[in-house]
Amino acid sequence: MTPLRVSIAASIASLLLLLVVLELIRGRRLKERYALLWLATGVVLLVLSAWREGLNTIAGWLGVGTYPPAILFAAATLFVIVVLLHYSTVLSKLTDENVLLAQKLGLLEERVGRGEAKENPDGR
Amino acid sequence: MIPDRRVAIVPAHNEGGAVGGVVAELKAFDPHLDVLVVDDGSTDGTAAVAAAAGAFVVTLPFNLGIGAAVQTGFKFAHEQGYELAVRLDGDGQHDPSELPKLLAPLDRGEADIVVGSRFAPVLADADRNELRPALARRVGIVFFARLVSFLTHQRVTDTTSGFQALNARGIAIFAADYPHDYPEVEATVMVYKHRLRLVEVPVRMREREHGESSITAVRSIYYVLKVTLALLVGMVRRYSIPEAAP
Repeated sequence: MTPLRVSIAASIASLLLLLVVLELIRGRRLKERYALLWLATGVVLLVLSAWREGLNTIAGWLGVGTYPPAILFAAATLFVIVVLLHYSTVLSKLTDENVLLAQKLGLLEERVGRGEAKENPDGR
Repeated sequence: MIPDRRVAIVPAHNEGGAVGGVVAELKAFDPHLDVLVVDDGSTDGTAAVAAAAGAFVVTLPFNLGIGAAVQTGFKFAHEQGYELAVRLDGDGQHDPSELPKLLAPLDRGEADIVVGSRFAPVLADADRNELRPALARRVGIVFFARLVSFLTHQRVTDTTSGFQALNARGIAIFAADYPHDYPEVEATVMVYKHRLRLVEVPVRMREREHGESSITAVRSIYYVLKVTLALLVGMVRRYSIPEAAP
């Protein structure tokens, strides 16, 4: 059986996570696109923390019935891995786009510079 | 500011087959209307086709998505001091001959933004739409229409319509701040929060000439969740008033 204090502490922690994420979206410091995974994390952890019987049942299925809070750690770890993987893909896309932007800017500057040189051949 | 300067903003992603016709139709409708095509990272020569048809063209270096593409157009309109902007899709589903219906409420000074709705009540049978979107899409459209109507205390029937016209005030607000991904739904809440006057007029829309809807079945659940979250957050977040046009 899950100790009651673990359930209470984990519930408070998941609620805090949810509140912080929502406040970050409201203040426009986090885009909805990147907030959905965090909200899912918060909701799943909150449900697992508060629904003690459910946690015990799942722990029983997975053979850790003697210590159900292990499922909380496992779920939290899994979600963190998914979020990190998602960020890696976002980072890769941003890297590609950043390279493209820098190249475009360089080519554009060269073109503008050539146009200016044509208009003022004596360099002024 | 030159009086009566108007611009049509046409976002296009790989619409090389349709965008030329859209620009030509706009120019035929009103030769004095400037047309700006925002090429959203196309790979099919959309920009060249649009320029050949007589449009100004802004080419984005990669696909930014419909919201950022349209906002690029609003930024252009704001910087260039246009007094009125219409926006319509580059795939030909929005008929430029319907534009007088969109412009009338703005010209009478009765609205800041006018949205062409496929579902608004019509008076004449000739105005009735034959085009019915697919069921799943209709469910989404109705869901968002109900939710937005509830949130903004105003009856809106078509929150996903990209066939719109807006005055300088609307342009300034959207140039400074415009949603991404599926922007029209969230923009309706912004319109409400900024106390802009929104008027819906019934318009007919055509079958898409080319390409397919940017909303695929797999992504639609994600969009519904994301947009619902954004709508609810949109009701409680803070809004800044944009600066006047340069």
